[in-house]
Amino acid sequence: MLPRELKAEQFSAYPPQAKAVVIQNLSVFRDLPLSFLPGLLREAIEYDYKFPAERRALDREIVTLAQLSPAERAKWLQGFSRINLSPKLEHSDWVNLPAQFVEQLSAHLWTTHQLDAFRLAATEYADRLHAAVPTEAPGVPRLGITVVGQGVEAYDRPLFRKLRPHGAYFSRVVPENGIRILLDSVSARAKEHAADYAHWYVDGADAAEHDSVLSCVSYNALEPVRTALLRNMRSEIERPGMGPEMLRTMMASWRPEDLGVKSSGDPVLDRFKVKLLTEGSGTQIFSTSFTQWAAREVLRRTEPTTLFVRFAPRQRQKPMNEMLAPGTERPELDPVGSLVDADMGAYYNWLNQQRLPGAEKGSFLAWFEGHNSAVVIGPTVPRDTESNDPVDMKQLLSWIV
Amino acid sequence: MTLFDQASTHISRTRRDFLRDAAGLVLGVGIAKSPLGRAASLPNNRKVVVITFGGGARDQETFAPEGQENVPNMLRDLIPRATFFTQVVNRGILGHYVATASLATGAYETVNNFASLPPENPTVFEYYRRDRKRPSSDTWVVAPSNGFNRIGESNHKSYGAGLGARVILPKHLLAAAMSGGHADYEHLLRDNYETPYFTPDLTGHEFELQQLETLLKLSVDDFKTHARTLSSPDELSVYIARQLMKQVAPSLLWITMHDIDIAHAGTYSLYVEGIRRTDRLCTEVWAAIESEPEYAGKTTLLILPDFGRDADSDPGGNGFQHHRTGDALSRTTWLIAMGPGIREGVVHDRAVDSVDLVPTIGSMLNFSASQSHGKPIGEIL
Repeated sequence: MLPRELKAEQFSAYPPQAKAVVIQNLSVFRDLPLSFLPGLLREAIEYDYKFPAERRALDREIVTLAQLSPAERAKWLQGFSRINLSPKLEHSDWVNLPAQFVEQLSAHLWTTHQLDAFRLAATEYADRLHAAVPTEAPGVPRLGITVVGQGVEAYDRPLFRKLRPHGAYFSRVVPENGIRILLDSVSARAKEHAADYAHWYVDGADAAEHDSVLSCVSYNALEPVRTALLRNMRSEIERPGMGPEMLRTMMASWRPEDLGVKSSGDPVLDRFKVKLLTEGSGTQIFSTSFTQWAAREVLRRTEPTTLFVRFAPRQRQKPMNEMLAPGTERPELDPVGSLVDADMGAYYNWLNQQRLPGAEKGSFLAWFEGHNSAVVIGPTVPRDTESNDPVDMKQLLSWIV
Repeated sequence: MTLFDQASTHISRTRRDFLRDAAGLVLGVGIAKSPLGRAASLPNNRKVVVITFGGGARDQETFAPEGQENVPNMLRDLIPRATFFTQVVNRGILGHYVATASLATGAYETVNNFASLPPENPTVFEYYRRDRKRPSSDTWVVAPSNGFNRIGESNHKSYGAGLGARVILPKHLLAAAMSGGHADYEHLLRDNYETPYFTPDLTGHEFELQQLETLLKLSVDDFKTHARTLSSPDELSVYIARQLMKQVAPSLLWITMHDIDIAHAGTYSLYVEGIRRTDRLCTEVWAAIESEPEYAGKTTLLILPDFGRDADSDPGGNGFQHHRTGDALSRTTWLIAMGPGIREGVVHDRAVDSVDLVPTIGSMLNFSASQSHGKPIGEIL
């Protein structure tokens, strides 16, 4: 089936708000190329479970496409129109399974050597969209804080090497009460600039005591979900004919209720937490991978005003089969390896924060928990500088908050 | 020049500058002397050892100043004695099995990366064995277990059945030797991380456990005892490769390593550990070449990653973790070539294609890679 043949009743299985969005814009959707439309539907079908920032972005994109004349629309999407698709893709149920279509499209693009053409089409489209709909800078400059190295007693190699050129490095931070001071500061910000899903706390182990005004995700709180997920995965793996691609597709389709998640009363957040485990790679078994990926997804999907991330030790590497079969024993931890993971994770958190609107006004702090090293980055902080003077956490924060 | 070509060329030139500073290489300017003249000076019983590693490593973790601490052996012991190509472009599918199959056939394969399928085009082993009338014992592949068991022989109708390489899967061999008792060897049985959840059923020309003793002169007990001293699957592969060199001395030996691919699990420290181990193991293979009488002075060593990894700057990826964006960094890798007749301490930054490897080996070992889409790399012939 091709987009021009779309009918409203074909979207009967969509959640209510998603269905309304699609049906309201059906005439526009009929005019889009098949190599493009399922990507848009993949977002639209999740509308009921999207964060406010995602809904705004999707709404803006659809309105922009609707406002274009047919000739303009064809020009914007000409790169996608040139992509050759297979009959198998055309005949697939891309209306109800747009995510699966996009996965199959990806494989098709690789196989037919059209990936570069697709990338170019996507880049050109994104550039036009951004030019037509400028992104909105946040009302309050963003603040990112990443804490690394929990459980490490001593580490003599340099930390934050990738972050230092962008800000000031402090070698004599007073570590006492550091976590408490940071969390209190983040909570105060959240109360002062209250908005849904605007202030986040991601923890790689158990979340420290924090104000409920923060949206929180922690690795240990999701342990029952991870256990259920790993059990489901093992069960699927043993089924005859199962392969990695099919498993990945299946995992992506699992909902909170499939993994025994009791509703918290916030279906958007419940869904988000499950997706961190079903769509992330390594998030099911390594705390550091989970923490970095969760931070990335919070930044990408919610465009937060505040993000506080605390890495914790992951389990030591073992054969994958063992890591997929959680036992009752507590796993052996690798604090130093986790510190190296988290050092890179801190850099990625900053990079991902810099991709958001208003990056030039945002600030970032990375700290080696319980120790004296920290980096502070912000519009008024001199770049590539170093201070060996004693400084406490409140002073550090005062320069960027 | 396309945007991709510009990016790839930039990566290549940056890599060249890193190498010039770190290892004192000089820029090569075309072919220094006649390939015919050079061929005449080479031994006619020439051998080739190829090392590929799945799970490419980026410059910032290898040849850039901040990464050089992870590859001290290559910088000190290999690159000054090698010709180095800074721009090897992989234009195919960036999955490890299919990319390695493409390297081995000299044509961009499109087989399912996650299925246990043979390449569709003739492999380098088939070309060599048919043209040179060589027995199967003269071509060997040592590979990680998952999926690579079909890499030695294509299903091409003009080649294929009976013309492929012998394939040895050390992890599979060790698991068989353990027959259930894995406790001391778990670290050597780690899986392929691109497909972390699956081990395809093995079929094809596998090395049998009982051949340990007959071919490699290694008892199961000795194998198990030595394996206990090793720290990773790639160490096990290199151990087996050295046994093969000592006992069988194949003319064409292909070793595929995979420890670096732990990067897919998102753990940067384990990824860097994998790079450091690979760096050391590549040097150990060269040391074995120089010390084994069957190889010393007549062997060309070719080392290349199958492809790179995503750039930190590409928002479509997640940095070092994957190779999914298809960006220039994930497609642009490098090649080390060393051995008799190959100029030492030279770097070339012209674009070379991944599929050029097979016809280059063809020129070295005197066979025709007739179905390959690549061209021989003149600078090392």
